[in-house]
Amino acid sequence: MRVAAPVGDLSTQAADAPVSAVRRFLLARGSSRWADRVFSGLMLLCALAIFAIVALIAAELLSQSQPSWHAFGLSFFYHYNVDPVTHLPLFWDPVNGVFYALPFIYGTLVTSLVALCIAVPLAVGLAVFLTEMCPRWLRSPLSFFTELLAAIPSVVYGLWAIFVLIPLLRDNINPFFIAIFQQPTLVRLFAWTHLFGDDGLFGGVNLGLGLLGAGVILAIMILPIIAALTREVMSAVPNSQREAALALGATRWEMIRIAVLRNARIGIVGSVILGLGRALGETMAVAMVIGNSPEIHLSLLSMGHSMASVIANEFTEATSDMHRSALIEVGLALFLVTILVNACARLLVWAVTRGATARVQ
Amino acid sequence: MGVAIEVKALNAWYGATHTLQDIELHIPANHATALIGPSGCGKSTFVRCLNRMHETNPIARVTGSVKIGDLDIYNDISPVEIRRRVGMVFQRPNPFPTMSIYDNVCSGLKLNGYRNRRELDEIVERSLRSAALWDEVRDDLKKKSGASLSGGQQQRMCIARALAVDPEVLLMDEPASALDPVSTSKIEDLIFQLKSQYTIVIVTHNMQQAARVAEKTGFFLNGRLVEFDSTHKIFTNPTDKRTEDYITGRFG
Repeated sequence: MRVAAPVGDLSTQAADAPVSAVRRFLLARGSSRWADRVFSGLMLLCALAIFAIVALIAAELLSQSQPSWHAFGLSFFYHYNVDPVTHLPLFWDPVNGVFYALPFIYGTLVTSLVALCIAVPLAVGLAVFLTEMCPRWLRSPLSFFTELLAAIPSVVYGLWAIFVLIPLLRDNINPFFIAIFQQPTLVRLFAWTHLFGDDGLFGGVNLGLGLLGAGVILAIMILPIIAALTREVMSAVPNSQREAALALGATRWEMIRIAVLRNARIGIVGSVILGLGRALGETMAVAMVIGNSPEIHLSLLSMGHSMASVIANEFTEATSDMHRSALIEVGLALFLVTILVNACARLLVWAVTRGATARVQ
Repeated sequence: MGVAIEVKALNAWYGATHTLQDIELHIPANHATALIGPSGCGKSTFVRCLNRMHETNPIARVTGSVKIGDLDIYNDISPVEIRRRVGMVFQRPNPFPTMSIYDNVCSGLKLNGYRNRRELDEIVERSLRSAALWDEVRDDLKKKSGASLSGGQQQRMCIARALAVDPEVLLMDEPASALDPVSTSKIEDLIFQLKSQYTIVIVTHNMQQAARVAEKTGFFLNGRLVEFDSTHKIFTNPTDKRTEDYITGRFG
């Protein structure tokens, strides 16, 4: 039995009975079309479940926020009262029934933006290092620790921020930025940007708590998700692309730029969008460091509030129906902002990739 | 045993590109038929129309009729059923990398629910012998991944995989173009052996290969079948000037 048949000796083999048994078996199997239909039906159901869940959440938020919608209408999202004593804008005063949501939207967007500015370069750099230049022995520990960052509960991040990050910012990092942004020559030179000076990006009181602190802690929290996904996308770039670039005389950095980053850019943007989604909705850690005051200031040192943190902070204490309903409308606003940001990001991807396909075969 | 293929008024498109125009062709049973022509002439599209793989591309479209044996494959039968009867070997070997050699070869049967162990063993051995690979892999059939073989071995394993379902027709789309001369000659020997039991359609860029393995040869150009005749006639005394130019390398 173990003796090899010569290649030429096939005529008898193929005519053997079991071969036609195979054919008979296959012919008897039918088209299995119903199984295919059931399968695609099931998959369609899974896909539709997403729409159903989103629609149900939106409907619930809409119906629960009716009182505040009737009281404030669209002005809920941009209007404010003026404080009779201090003459400052007054957005949110549950005791006196003032509910305008602009500072929360502002806080959420600004902290998320700060988080992206810090996390994206870090994450992409980390992913490039992991896929392109990391020595083998360091690769898995480094990946492991990156992913560990994602496993830490956000309340722990909040605590760490209060005890470590905030003092560090207040005593070491913020003074450095304040020195730059308040440096008289620079203030004069860049007065037109309105970002320098006492009412600029780093003006006002340096408490540590505030938008910058929240942004930094968010950056640390979204770093692992962006890094992990970016690494996946980059390692999916075929080696032939790298070789093509290297063979043209590219240095390692040039190879990474034209062969890896270029091919992976859609995936990178996708992972940034996912990270951004997490930053927009992150609640606990932000609530612990953002300062929880419903104000709008340009300065990143100032205290603020985010949509998620105000809901978390005030929902249990919302005694009036209007307060409760206003908080739910903030939730609705968060929902809409997330959708809007995602839509814009998709538009961006579409604009970048239009014309040239970036897919590697 | 193989069956004949009858192609009538076959037209195919990719999006707006009219890739195949009015192809009429009779491919005889239990013979090897070679399709030659410059890149982009439509010969790959043509073989992909013979097992309805062409339409797996969302922008692709087909009209006309293809009869394999007595079956009009575009009307009488589902694409899934026709692909159980028509085996295909691709340009690049495409083993399933997570499966062992054994599982690769019997994957077509297993996915169809063929579970008789003893018969599966027999079929795997027979298919691998037919593909002239048995002696090289029989000791680590279930140990080694299909992707651990060399390129030529992988391609022969893919042929064994196609043979395991005992097809009536075997389509080969440039099966040796990614292989070295030794592997190529093994594949050619294989085609030569197999063509007495299967109807084989082979796309190739290599004219010597067509001359060596095929009784019939078709020359495609710009989506049209320019000439179809016995291989001997095509290579020694072609009717059409364009065929002659292509064969002799004076093309373009």
